[in-house]
Amino acid sequence: MKITREDVLKVAALAHLEIAEGEVEMFRSQLDSILSYIAKLDELDTSTVEPMAQTLDAGAGMGTPLRDDVVLPCAIIDEALAAAPDPAPPFFRVPKVIDR
Amino acid sequence: MTATSANGGADWSIASIQAALGAKKVSARELTREFYDRIDKRNAELNAYLALCPERAYAQAGRVDGMIAAGASLPPLAGVPIAIKDVLTMRGVPTTCGSRILEGYRPPYDATCVERLEAAGAVLLGKTNCDEFAMGSSNENSAYGPVRNPVALDRVPGGSSGGSAAAVAAGLAVAALGTDTGGSVRQPGSFCGIPAMLPSYGRVSRYGLIAFASSLDRVAPFARNVRDIAAVLDVMAGRDARDSTSAAAPAPQCLAAIERPFAGLRIGVPAECFPAGMNADVRAKVEAGIARLEKLGCKRVPVRLPHSDHAIAAYYIIATAEASSNLARYDGVRYGLRVPGATLMEMYQKTRGRGFGNEVKRRIVLGTYVLSSGYYDAYYLKAQKVRTLIARDFANAFAEADLIVTPTSPVPAFKLGERSDDPLSMYLADIYTVTGSLAGITGISVPCGATADGLPIGMQIYAPAFGEERLLQAAHAFEQSQLGVRAN
Repeated sequence: MKITREDVLKVAALAHLEIAEGEVEMFRSQLDSILSYIAKLDELDTSTVEPMAQTLDAGAGMGTPLRDDVVLPCAIIDEALAAAPDPAPPFFRVPKVIDR
Repeated sequence: MTATSANGGADWSIASIQAALGAKKVSARELTREFYDRIDKRNAELNAYLALCPERAYAQAGRVDGMIAAGASLPPLAGVPIAIKDVLTMRGVPTTCGSRILEGYRPPYDATCVERLEAAGAVLLGKTNCDEFAMGSSNENSAYGPVRNPVALDRVPGGSSGGSAAAVAAGLAVAALGTDTGGSVRQPGSFCGIPAMLPSYGRVSRYGLIAFASSLDRVAPFARNVRDIAAVLDVMAGRDARDSTSAAAPAPQCLAAIERPFAGLRIGVPAECFPAGMNADVRAKVEAGIARLEKLGCKRVPVRLPHSDHAIAAYYIIATAEASSNLARYDGVRYGLRVPGATLMEMYQKTRGRGFGNEVKRRIVLGTYVLSSGYYDAYYLKAQKVRTLIARDFANAFAEADLIVTPTSPVPAFKLGERSDDPLSMYLADIYTVTGSLAGITGISVPCGATADGLPIGMQIYAPAFGEERLLQAAHAFEQSQLGVRAN
């Protein structure tokens, strides 16, 4: 077994994700079979291989140059707040986080 | 497709729309109306569209009609009705990513691909259904219900861009945008019997593509023929300063390229992609497709992709790791669903627990696990190294061959519900598509026949990164050669 019930709960907590009690075992067993499958990567010796950190290598497609660092107007505060569940212009309101 | 069509019942293509608009046989507004009528008739059954935007579509059609009245020359997609996958933003139009957590969300901006299509005259009809946050291969993970395959209604359309594929296959749009992270456009294209293309990573801006796995996600087109895919790609492609991973290469001119004479490419066929015991129909039709390419003057050469067997494992580590990070933004603060909690943490946990479906939760948990302290080297770093090996496999194969041909999917469209309880078996079916996603190269799925039951089969053609012109030239020649011998 690759993954325990405690692993699932620990990782869910790290991900700020509530998982219903009745679903913990389902996720555990599914993740266990996925991780067991993933273990096949251990068949490969990668000790001398560099990780692929960029999808495009520097030469392909003439690279991805950075744009100039120019400030552009961005007047969408009202629209952005309109999509929020609890806006308090010009802020997003959240449950109290101090004096808990 | 419909007896009321101004096109005499035939299916519209971009070329036939251009001709009809130019000859004033139909107006852009009438054409828009025709497509909304088709959607009215078929969408309840197919569930391909999640939202329509008729006000915006008719306004755009009106602008096109105005240009025609003024005798102006028309832009390349003038009046062409196009559907947009619901993970791409359209200003003011509901954009849910197939998730409850974004129910009712209306983005304040357009994706670059959306902006470029409209600038080219396209009429955007609405947003199409998909697996939640593009995570799935059957469209059964949508919070808004599955899409049905128009070819066989008891079958899945594929996923994650199942709504876009079904809309085009059923004639509810002339073309559609999907997104392809590990096969999410190519596989539904093969299941629904239409061409579907994966542009090179960096070719089309991801600005406004709501991120799933940023190093893999691509905006990708569906159409009913390769020529229309070329027309849509030409318009969308090219550098965008708002996406730092978009490449500096000038946009390709695929539409011009496919008109050039086609001959004599080397077609690499990897033995790893045709294992003993594979689906006999898929093998037979793809082999017949390769034979047809040979008749067109191509030379078949054996190539090897020795790390293909490890691609799924590497893909599901990298994609879930990136997803766990990208989806951290859905926390009930800035948009979408909020489930109240006594504390900020409780609010986050409840919002995410109730807003996300099971496949998304599964991937967030897996992605968080492989990135967590003590496991990073064993999983994520290892997968990134295997990704290097897979990219190297393709580089070596492309030294021997101009194009590589594989099946698109190991199986044709399966039945709704048939695989939904077994995530690993669903993941394994992405075997032919994730390799190209990991390598960053370009590819296309083209219909190459059907099973005895009439289920479409797709053949995948890969080309090196930024080789879209040659890729679409070959796919177009293949499609033309097949017109007289279509299996169904």
